[in-house]
Amino acid sequence: MSGAAIADPRSLRWLAIATAVVLTVAILLLPLAAVFAEALRRGWEPALEAILDEDSLAAVRLTLLVAAIAVPVNTIGGIAGAWAITKFDFPGRRLLITLIELPFSVSPVISGLVYVLLFGAQGFLGPWLREHDIQIIFALPGLVLATVFVTFPFVARTLIPLMQEQGRDEEEAAATLGAGGWDIFRRVTLPNVKWALLSGVLLCNARAMGEFGAVAVVSGHIRGQTNTMPLHVEILYNEYMFVGAFAVASLLALLGLVTLGAKALLEALARRRMGDAA
Amino acid sequence: MSASAATRRHVLPGFGVSLGVTLAWLGLIVLVPLAALAIRPWELGVAGVIRTLAEPRVLAALRLSFGAALLATAIAAPLGLLMAWVITRYHFPGRRVLDALVDLPFALPTAVAGLALTALFAPNGWLGVPLAAIGVQVAYTPVGVVVALVFVALPFLVRTVEPVLRDLSPEAEEAAATLGATRPQTIRRVVLPTLWPALLTGFGLGFARAVGEYGSVIFIAGNVPMVSEIAPLLIVTKLEQFDYPAASAIGLAMLLMALLILFGLNLWQRALRRGRA
Repeated sequence: MSGAAIADPRSLRWLAIATAVVLTVAILLLPLAAVFAEALRRGWEPALEAILDEDSLAAVRLTLLVAAIAVPVNTIGGIAGAWAITKFDFPGRRLLITLIELPFSVSPVISGLVYVLLFGAQGFLGPWLREHDIQIIFALPGLVLATVFVTFPFVARTLIPLMQEQGRDEEEAAATLGAGGWDIFRRVTLPNVKWALLSGVLLCNARAMGEFGAVAVVSGHIRGQTNTMPLHVEILYNEYMFVGAFAVASLLALLGLVTLGAKALLEALARRRMGDAA
Repeated sequence: MSASAATRRHVLPGFGVSLGVTLAWLGLIVLVPLAALAIRPWELGVAGVIRTLAEPRVLAALRLSFGAALLATAIAAPLGLLMAWVITRYHFPGRRVLDALVDLPFALPTAVAGLALTALFAPNGWLGVPLAAIGVQVAYTPVGVVVALVFVALPFLVRTVEPVLRDLSPEAEEAAATLGATRPQTIRRVVLPTLWPALLTGFGLGFARAVGEYGSVIFIAGNVPMVSEIAPLLIVTKLEQFDYPAASAIGLAMLLMALLILFGLNLWQRALRRGRA
């Protein structure tokens, strides 16, 4: 591809590749393998039993429910944010981008803490909530809020650079021809960004289902009620139910692997589409 | 330009709706709750906040969190650079698999990563046994904290350096080679300087994630106060004791310190870009 003058010496090349492969195996692949190995230490039966346990299934249902609320919220917010920031000129756009990305710099524990400070028993709104018999912390709303916070930037972050790059010409042409805002978005913008959008939603979902620190703070760890899958893993582990802990962890690891595979597939599709356009 | 900007603003519909939704989303989810964090510690008074933060256990936890995160990101930087280099520059069987696996720490839930690393490095684990043979204990020590944070920070480094490395034109390298530079000289004098801004960005992202990390760390750390207890865990402990002001004081201090470091990295990066322009 490039000239021989800038080709790395063969020895250097193989050393670099070998180091990268060893690194990948040791710090990425081995931990993953360890999860499945520990889960299957005593065969398939105990592992399956742990997953089909009533509390585990309740945790799976709760995790799906939390993600089903949190992901759409951040998808709608992310699309609105990307549309406002990339299709219009107004002062403070850079600040808005910084603020949208801020949750990535906040510890998950702090992401949960802020809602406890607002809605907890001794929180700012605690007394009012108790009076009106509304429970947010140690209940579903708290889990959803904390999850929305930690997954906040994912969709906006994947859309903004792409939409900035694509400019406004196509949308403006559609507007000149009389198309309304919703039609422009659905027929012009969406087809251009759909793979990036899907990939953002996918990562958002993976983080939402796997979040641990933020939900640990607001959950209260009530089995069968406010225990998500990652929290259930921790409880099992702390009770020395290692096979169970690693079995539920395997389920979460599979979710991660499926996400990775789907993301790679989406990237390949996006590449092919760009290749067609060229 | 301002005239075209003014007309453009009215060409596309939906400005009010989209900005309104964005501000409501940002305000309700992020800004109002963070404001609560900024207000809450001060009911202790300034002296009380200082006293809370100056507790030996709190100081030790903050030192461990920031020290381990900086060290881990500094270790992840050269490793990430190597991975990015191998992925973009060389063709070999399995390159795509390697490329996909780099994102694993992004996709793997943190509690699962924590459990996995603990199983791996525990005294009877696959890596724990050989390491114990040479007298190194990783699990349940501060070393374990660093290992977990390297795992967490690595993909940020790889993914920010990779696009820059890919877009680097071969001409500069060829020119250097033609002028008689050896390959290592070219890499050090031509390639590395163009990568510095991206490396700093990756360092910032990786550090920001590592310093607040909780799930991957608490299983492998052993959580001994003063030794291997990270600041986020101490916040959880304070919350469990219903000591909201102390928890929020530690949280606010962590957040401000992290943002200050990120701001410093940002300034450094700008200076680098200006210097090159």
